[in-house]
Order: sequence, then C-alpha cells, then structure tokens
Amino acid sequence: MHGLYAIYRKEMGHYFVSPIAYIFIGLFLILTAFFFNVILAGVIKQSFQMEMQSMQFGQPSSFDVPAAVLRDFFGLLSTLILFFTPILTMSVYAEERKRGTMELLMTSPVSELEIVLGKFLASLSLFAIMLLPTASYLIFMVLRSEPMLPWRMLLAGYAGALLLGGSLLALGSFVSSLTENQLIAAVITFAASLFIWVLDIARSSDTGAGAVLQYLSVIRHYEDFTRGVIDTSSLIYYFSFIALFIFLTVRSVDSMRWRRA
Amino acid sequence: MIEVQDLTKSYGAVKAVDDVSFTVNKGEILGFLGPNGAGKTTTMRILTGYMPATSGTARVAGFDVFRDSMQVRRHIGYLPENPPVYPDMTVEAYLDFVARIKNVPAERRAVRIDDALRKTNLEDRRSELIKRLSRGYKQRVGIAQALVHDPDVIILDEPTVGLDPKQIIEVRNLIKGLAGNHTIILSTHILPEVSMTCDRVVIINKGKIAAVDTPQNLTSQLKGGQKIRIEVEAPERRLREVLAQIPGASRVEVEPGRTGERLEVTVEAAQGQDIRSDIAAKIVQNGWPLFELRGVSLSLEDIFLELTMDDATHAQPSS
Repeated sequence: MHGLYAIYRKEMGHYFVSPIAYIFIGLFLILTAFFFNVILAGVIKQSFQMEMQSMQFGQPSSFDVPAAVLRDFFGLLSTLILFFTPILTMSVYAEERKRGTMELLMTSPVSELEIVLGKFLASLSLFAIMLLPTASYLIFMVLRSEPMLPWRMLLAGYAGALLLGGSLLALGSFVSSLTENQLIAAVITFAASLFIWVLDIARSSDTGAGAVLQYLSVIRHYEDFTRGVIDTSSLIYYFSFIALFIFLTVRSVDSMRWRRA
Repeated sequence: MIEVQDLTKSYGAVKAVDDVSFTVNKGEILGFLGPNGAGKTTTMRILTGYMPATSGTARVAGFDVFRDSMQVRRHIGYLPENPPVYPDMTVEAYLDFVARIKNVPAERRAVRIDDALRKTNLEDRRSELIKRLSRGYKQRVGIAQALVHDPDVIILDEPTVGLDPKQIIEVRNLIKGLAGNHTIILSTHILPEVSMTCDRVVIINKGKIAAVDTPQNLTSQLKGGQKIRIEVEAPERRLREVLAQIPGASRVEVEPGRTGERLEVTVEAAQGQDIRSDIAAKIVQNGWPLFELRGVSLSLEDIFLELTMDDATHAQPSS
C-alpha cells in the first residue's frame, strides 16, 4: 500500500500547493456562511410568526428553531455539494491522461486499485476539509439552544454530507477516467449526479418500480441523516454506491491499457 | 536482459508491431531506429508493461512483461515521448514522488534523488517548479525520473527530441555514461544519434524489423560499397570516357562545380575494391588539376532510406 499513500500524498500536495484548495474552501465557506445567515433569519422570522399565532389562539408554541435551521442548512449543503463535486473531480484522471503522467503511474509498480483509492481518498479529504469549518456556525447554535439540541443531530448531518459527497466524488472520478476533456467530465458528472438526485421524484408513484427508484436516489437517504436518523439501509446504500464506482473506475483505468492511445 | 519473441500488436486490422524479435544483452545500448509511426513507441510500451501485446512474448530481467508485470515495472525506468511531469511540483518533490511509487525504501530515497539530480545536472534546479523549466530541463527531469530507482533496464523514447544541440550532446554523454551498469533501449528517428550512442541498432519500419546490427557493420556491409567524390577541372566528355575505363567503376555522375570550370563527380565503386589510386593516376596522366578526391562510405542515412523505402527491390536487406 506504499503506492496508495504516495498517490494520496501527491494529490493532496497538488490541491494545496496550487490555489485549487484555497479557492474551493474559500468559495464554499462564503456561500455556506451567506446561506446560513439567510436560513437563520428566515427561521427566526417564522418562529416569531408561530409565536404570534399561538398567542392569538392560546396554544403553546412547539416550534424547534435549531432543528429547523439544521435541517434547512443541511438541505442547502446538499445542493452546494451537487455543484462543487463535479468541479472537484473533473481533473482527477482527465488531467493525468492529458499530461501523459498516467503512463508514469501505469508503468510503476503500483496497482490500479492503489491509484484509484489514493485519488479518491485525497478528494474526499479535501471535501472533508472544506466541510469542516461550516460546523463552527452550527456548533454555536447548538450550544446556545435551550434545551440543548443533541449533538447526534449535528454528527448525523455531517456523516450524511460526507457519504453524499463521497458518492458523488466516486461517480465524478469514474466519469473523469473516461475522458481526456475536463469540461466534458464536469458536465457529465453534474448531469449524472442530478439524474440520480431527481430519481426521488418517483416518490409520488405507488408502483414497485417507484419504490426502487426512490431507494436509488442519493438525496432520499441524505434526508434521513439530516433528521438525525442513521439508517443501516442508507449506510449500505452509500457504501455500495461508492464501492461500485471505485470498482468501475479501476476497470476503466485498467482498460486504458487496451485502448489505442 | 531483454528478450523479445515474435511480438505482435494489432489495432483491429492494423498491425502496429508485426512479429518483432530481438534481444538486448546486459549493459548494452540498443538503438531503435525508424520513421515516425514505425512501431517504436508501441514496442516500448509493451516492454514497460503499459500495454499488452496481441501475441508473442517479451521478458525483461527474466520476468514476463504480461504475467509478472509488477516485477518488470520494478526493474524498468521509462521515459515516454513526453516527459511525464507534474508542472506544479518542484523537481525534488517530483523525484521524491516517483521514488515512492517505484518502491525505493525511505532510507535510500534522499541518496537516490541526489544521484539522479547529479547525473542529469539538475542539482541547482532542485527546488524550482517544473512548470518554470525550459523544454530541455523538463526532458532532463524526465530522464532523472527514469533513473531515480536505479533500474536495471532504462527505456527512453526519443530522449533528445526538442533539445538544442548542446543539450543533445549532454544527453548523449549521459546515456553513454549509464551503459554498463544499466541496459538501455532508446528510440530515435535521428540517425547520427544511433551511430554516436548505440552498440547495436534495430531498424524498424511499418512494425517489422528491417535490420539488426552494429552501426559500423550496417554502414560497411551495405551493398553498393563505396562512393568516391572527385572535384576536378576537366572537359566533361573526356572525363567520362577516362573514368569509364577504370575497372570496378560504375555509375559516373557529373555535376557542374561551384566555381568556374570545375566538375563535381561521384563514382560508385564495386564492393571491396579501392579504385581511388587508379582514378588519381588517370587524372594526373591527363594533366587535369585535381582539387579533391575522397571516399564516402554510405552513411547510416543512406542505409536507413534504403531499408525503409517502400521499394520492392530493397525488400531483402542484409542483416
């Protein structure tokens, strides 16, 4: 596994030596911070309205502000992830192929699995580093909430975000391994991600196929996590999703040997 | 060290490499010579384990390139046509990465990197970003990369392409210096390169081997033997008559010389005959001023053209 570590190290170096990582993290934080403010303001306004209503009708208010903020925030996070992951993965293999460095990797005593895993783990690490600072907004909110919101909610949300991101990164890496063109890789990844996202629409249909499609949607499982529920079937879903695309990427990288270069 | 047997690589109906066999001994420099698209790169890619052959076998350091690919890759240093460098890395960081993926143990890495930098004259550029380097320096980084794990076999695909004449000489000297400890295959379409650096030459054309020999043998053995160039001041018709009488002389070509009355004449001599003294004697007898008389052995260039020309009369090359 020396090769895996070497590849991982190289990829992380590539992200952090070039401006890539800083631009990504910076933009991501600006967007999440802005939307967190919008969401917080929106939820507070809504809670005031609820308060007014309950005073008018004499019923006690039962609006859980922190939970609502958390749910909305993780919902927004998923949308940002949909836009950020294709850009993160578009160059993973496309660039190596274009530069000819794939030939170096593939004539070195390193297995395809090591190459693919090394790259995947590096992109996942950058993604996690990107995600981490956003917790600071939520931690303050959790600490100030009365009664205190269970930490489990926060952790489950981030676990969901990591799994969702990991799935889309695995998908994006696979697409990137199919083409030398980064733009094509990004566009196809985005389209494919969007497609498995909206499979959720099948929710409205009552047929058996509808239930299957709904299970296959990446976002459906994510929603469980944002409500603080960690469901085994969702874990299995994400892990199989990631494993499938890692396997496909390994096959695709291996097939480069058989194609006419 | 390297044994290639009946190697064939087909892309659909096209045979990029067609039934190629050759061996390379330990410590030898083998030149792979052929026009662009002759199958040089494909053969090298098969040897390095980058792509599999359609049929035939190749063994490097005793390991089959397909079945024991990982072992073979440990023993090979490979410079592809374009140096496989990461522009955002420094030279040193890049070599460190290559040493890591080539399985160089941590305690030997620094020594190996220093050695590769020294051999390629890159010591003063070690902390520079690769994207800031010129083409020649990038090429050197590419060569350093192929040396960093001290492999038994080094395969260089067009190592001097894109370099200026001074750099070309440096790279050639570097390659010559590596022979002995390493077995080297290099490909090129530049002829003088082969005669200057290689112990043996494989001439390859359209996927097939046209000749395998030392550069000297190829040059001397070729049919047609010697050509003689003469610069002389003489009436053309008389000169032709006189030269035609010399036994062994054939194909007299006469061109007007650069200055005045002089003629530039090329005479082909039959193999094994030296007719230079006869020519000189005849010219002096006739009292013509002789300015130059020299034997021109067929250059590798002529051989190459002869072997790779699409001509049925040259279908049976000597080798």
